[in-house]
Amino acid sequence: MVEISMTVNGKPVTAQVEPRTLLVTFLREHLGLTGTHVGCDTSQCGACNVHVNGMLAKSCTMLAVEADGAEIVTIEGMAAPDGTLGVIQQAFQDHHGLQCGFCTPGMVMSAAALLRENPDPSEEEIRAFLEGNLCRCTGYHNIVKAVRAAAEAMG
Amino acid sequence: MYAFEFVKPKTVEEAVAALREGEAKVLAGGQTLIPTLKQRLAAPEKLVSLAGVEGLRGIRTGDGVVEIGAGTTHAVIARELAGAVPALAALAGDIGDPAVRNRGTIGGSLANNDPSADWPAAVLGLGATVVTDRREIAADDFFQGLFTTALEEDEIITAVRFPMPKTAAYAKFDQPASRFALVGVFVARLDGNVRVAVTGASENGVFRWQAAEAALGADFAPAAVEALAPPPAEEMISDLHGAGDYRAHLVKVMTKRAVAACG
Ligand SMILES: Cc1cc2nc3c(=O)[nH]c(=O)nc-3n(C[C@H](O)[C@H](O)[C@H](O)COP(=O)(O)OP(=O)(O)OC[C@H]3O[C@@H](n4cnc5c(N)ncnc54)[C@H](O)[C@@H]3O)c2cc1C
Ligand code: FES
Ligand code: FES
Repeated sequence: MVEISMTVNGKPVTAQVEPRTLLVTFLREHLGLTGTHVGCDTSQCGACNVHVNGMLAKSCTMLAVEADGAEIVTIEGMAAPDGTLGVIQQAFQDHHGLQCGFCTPGMVMSAAALLRENPDPSEEEIRAFLEGNLCRCTGYHNIVKAVRAAAEAMG
Repeated sequence: MYAFEFVKPKTVEEAVAALREGEAKVLAGGQTLIPTLKQRLAAPEKLVSLAGVEGLRGIRTGDGVVEIGAGTTHAVIARELAGAVPALAALAGDIGDPAVRNRGTIGGSLANNDPSADWPAAVLGLGATVVTDRREIAADDFFQGLFTTALEEDEIITAVRFPMPKTAAYAKFDQPASRFALVGVFVARLDGNVRVAVTGASENGVFRWQAAEAALGADFAPAAVEALAPPPAEEMISDLHGAGDYRAHLVKVMTKRAVAACG
């Protein structure tokens, strides 16, 4: 076992983990933050996307020990403490950007990463950035609309 | 995943020493190694993380050379080389997806030498030099077939040194599910010669298409490639994504596109 410390959604955490523990396992099973999903076994679906020191990363393709000392933001960190949805989350609701919702946490984290580096993306740029987020329900169209709407709402 | 020990050395020397004790493997961005461990296709006793090793990240340009630290991520290369070497920046910016590019490194891609990876095409196409903790290896000697390189078990890539081309371009036909190259062709005009390197296509991994190099050396135009026979279909990968003759045809098409993109 190894001791690791990190900040998750603004809160400091310290824990003992086995080196083989994936970051997503640590978030879901040790911290109970089950908003981050596991949609595949092959690092291809993006359902597990979180931010590590402000950068988008697949939490299923990173060890918890690699996140030692890092600042992590998960989907739980996107809403206000009283549960009010963040701008991107609200846009997904308003534009029907989800059906079953399984891919949504990863989509929202990717959209947030995109809008930070490109606050006014075109439809084509949104589709290119979301290349690593698979959705089995929506056909992507309303997801792209939601991200555009979020960009406009954030001005 | 099987259990392993995790160490995080601070210098290249410490990392090499750690690799020499027991069944150990280097961990860079983990974008190939962690999926491999998850599938239990490898069972190292120890992972030696390069994340804390000084001096492995960053890009230096000057004297007709671009040197990229082995631990530099695809995302940083895409951003920082957009002005200086657009062909390398575009190649890096089209690897996988944004999350993969934020963690995956050029050194990891070269050490792995996947037959469909993008970086081997650029390194062979530009005749780059792979710099390790103990020597410098010419691209022509580095790649030795599927997932096989000139690296020794305990050898660490520290940097890659590219000559600055006159013009260069990479044309990739994506395999849409994996986003690796179904066929990718890197064409470069250097002082006095043309190099053409092909990834994704051959049973033996990345290779130089010498017939195209000779034809383009005489006349640097897509029409010079048009006149050539494609490489032998029986030497190409044949799988559910494309038969050998299809890949051979694509090699020709993507070479023409890369030449056209060189302008
Ligand atoms: C969904 C997905 C899509 C992808 N799409 C593409 C694509 O389109 N094109 C493409 O080319 N690649 C693609 N990749 C692979 C990606 O580029 C990886 O980042 C890269 O192949 C490995 O780099 P890494 O830093 O992640 O290495 P790791 O996974 O950490 O290591 C890979 C191997 O290299 C060894 N190694 C790592 N660094 C060194 C070093 N400095 N010296 C010696 N040995 C070392 C390790 O021991 C291991 O054996 C994709 C990956 C995923 C998950
Ligand atoms: S669960 Fe991480 S990419 Fe699918
Ligand atoms: S909403 Fe069901 S997978 Fe995307």
